Amino acid sequence: MDGVEQKDTEANAPSVIDRYYTRWYRADMKGKPCEDHCILQHSNRLCVITLAETHPVLQKGRTIKNINYQISNACSRLNNKVSGKSKRGGQFLTDFAPLCRITCTDETEYTIYSCIRGRLLEVNESILERPALLLEKPSTEGYIAVILPKFEESKSITENLLTREQFESVVSKRSVAQSQTS
Amino acid sequence: MSPAVMLPLKEKDKPIVQKLLSAGCCARCVLRFCCVSVHAAYRQPHQETLKELQTFISSDTENGKSQDPDPAAPESTEEDNKSQDASVSEASDDPPSKKAKLDPGVSDAPPEGVKESDVCMLCLGILQDLCGPSRAVKIAETVKTENYTFDTLVLSVSLPAQLCVREHSCWLHVKKEVREKSSVLDKDDVIQVKEAFKWVMQGLVAKELGGVAVVTKSQFEVGVEFIHPETDADCHFLATTCGDCFKPTKNKLSMFTRMAVVKALEKISDSKFLKHFPCPPTRPSSSCTAQDIQCLHVSVFVAGRYNKFCRSLPQTPWVIDGERRMESSVEELIAAPVLSSFRADGFNFSSSGREDVDVRTLGNGRPFAMELLNPHTSRLSRAEMKQLQETINNSSDKIKVRDLQIVSREAMGRMKEGEEEKTKSYTALIWTQKPIQREDITFIDEIKDLTLDQKTPLRVLHRRALAVRQRVIHTMNARFLDPHHFHLGLRTQAGTYIKEFVHGDFGRTKPNLCQLLKTDTDILELDVESVDVDWPPAIPE
Ligand SMILES: [Zn+2]
Repeated sequence: MDGVEQKDTEANAPSVIDRYYTRWYRADMKGKPCEDHCILQHSNRLCVITLAETHPVLQKGRTIKNINYQISNACSRLNNKVSGKSKRGGQFLTDFAPLCRITCTDETEYTIYSCIRGRLLEVNESILERPALLLEKPSTEGYIAVILPKFEESKSITENLLTREQFESVVSKRSVAQSQTS
Repeated sequence: MSPAVMLPLKEKDKPIVQKLLSAGCCARCVLRFCCVSVHAAYRQPHQETLKELQTFISSDTENGKSQDPDPAAPESTEEDNKSQDASVSEASDDPPSKKAKLDPGVSDAPPEGVKESDVCMLCLGILQDLCGPSRAVKIAETVKTENYTFDTLVLSVSLPAQLCVREHSCWLHVKKEVREKSSVLDKDDVIQVKEAFKWVMQGLVAKELGGVAVVTKSQFEVGVEFIHPETDADCHFLATTCGDCFKPTKNKLSMFTRMAVVKALEKISDSKFLKHFPCPPTRPSSSCTAQDIQCLHVSVFVAGRYNKFCRSLPQTPWVIDGERRMESSVEELIAAPVLSSFRADGFNFSSSGREDVDVRTLGNGRPFAMELLNPHTSRLSRAEMKQLQETINNSSDKIKVRDLQIVSREAMGRMKEGEEEKTKSYTALIWTQKPIQREDITFIDEIKDLTLDQKTPLRVLHRRALAVRQRVIHTMNARFLDPHHFHLGLRTQAGTYIKEFVHGDFGRTKPNLCQLLKTDTDILELDVESVDVDWPPAIPE
């Protein structure tokens, strides 16, 4: 009885994301199957880059060994510093700029990309200390980075992204295909 | 008609007067260049002064008769002068040729009307017919129509910039003669058009307004502006001789501002100036045009505290992409009655912090202050302020105002002063993902002076700098409602982001309530219970 009531209220849970953010997706990033990204766009145009629930890193049994924001010898996203209201000094990213590489204990490695054009404001250093956060709360505390699109591009940056409905249909087709091949 | 004033002119002024009159200077401008600072000399009708000057230059004595009026028969002064001049002139040592040259302008002058209609090449008519009783009537009428309340007023005058160029040319024209009069005199000793205008007009305006004091400093300013398009091009040559002085500016119609022209004139050499500009200046065909008279009262400041009882009311008008999002706002609800009571043209609203659109402000309310621009009424009594407060409170049940009062501009600073150090109290309605029991939340009451590290919230990060700020929650108390809801009371340092403390803002506020309760939590409602700023002073009911 208690359990039922609990389920009920949890289902009606209001969420900060639902209230203030729009979910956008990029499926099969760079042609790699299921490497889906989720972009949370705030009504103030700012975007939080996260892993979609379907991303291989989040699939059963995987454990993260290492998260690295050093994307090349010359460039580390950890060195990103912005100052002032105008966010001077932030790295400017294009759609396919790598943000970090995640290595799992099974030695699989995944690159997470910016997905949109904009200025990098911050990366999530908390997941360096506690990689488990990424698995437990991928769409909130386990976010990857915060990007601020240019004001004039705040609408156009999502043109190449999938809406939640479109993404769900991609995912459902995917599971049909999988069940057919297996 | 007031009796003619004795013009304080000396023999050495004569060449100056002669030169200026024949160049097309009006009588008052002649007085200015003779450095006459006796106000009364300017106040008499300029036509009268002209006659006196003409008489003065035609007299050959060391002390012109014009300096020695007959107090018993003021109206006949001129006649007396003429007759005496004539007799004295016979004893003159001047060569006859000079006398002959002057005479046509004086005794055989063309009909007076023609002479009087001539526009002064120096003041462009400002010290002629634009400066006298009819102008004063016009100014007084405007002030009366606008219906300001005031004790004193200051007259301000805005003149076309080319007046400086003409003044400079004229100075070069008579410099030699002025220096001969007194070696200590310089261009700065010439009385300014503006000054002479005020000497004439202040008294007249005061009289028209029933004895209001027209002073040099006042809260109430009446602005008179003259333009003269015909001679606007006078300044243009300066741009080629002194390019540095003239830079196009965004908010000025012309780059030939008075300041820039004065600066350029200081730099240019006399010879260069004379190459580009006639000396003396040429006569204009028309007189200046008077622009609309501008009245301006200094701002009045009003302060108080407001409550906001509505969760769909922004503090200031909310506009996104040029479109209005909510029909009203706190500042508009307060401002409308205040503006109408003070009959002000506009306002600037500020407050000790602000709440979000969906947050209520209860308790004693939030201190606010308003600058009222150009108030036509500047003083309201205690009782009238109380009445105004009631009007605001009766106009809407979404807000309430208390402690409404007039304050000084300086006092307004006190509202912002202690803002950071002050505390604020809130009540929040909290939702928890996991069900809770009464005893699960009692530990919250024991937490004292909890220091938070708050990264700039994502919801404001687009317009504020990214930083980690330490904020203190002094005390909290939890009141259980049901297994998923409780009321959380907080007393915090000002500047603490409560919403982010509750939901954690993607873990960017640490610690947060989710961590403390080990479950996701969200904030459903927020009320400000008190803003502990002790300004403005409370007004007993
Ligand atoms: Zn003049």
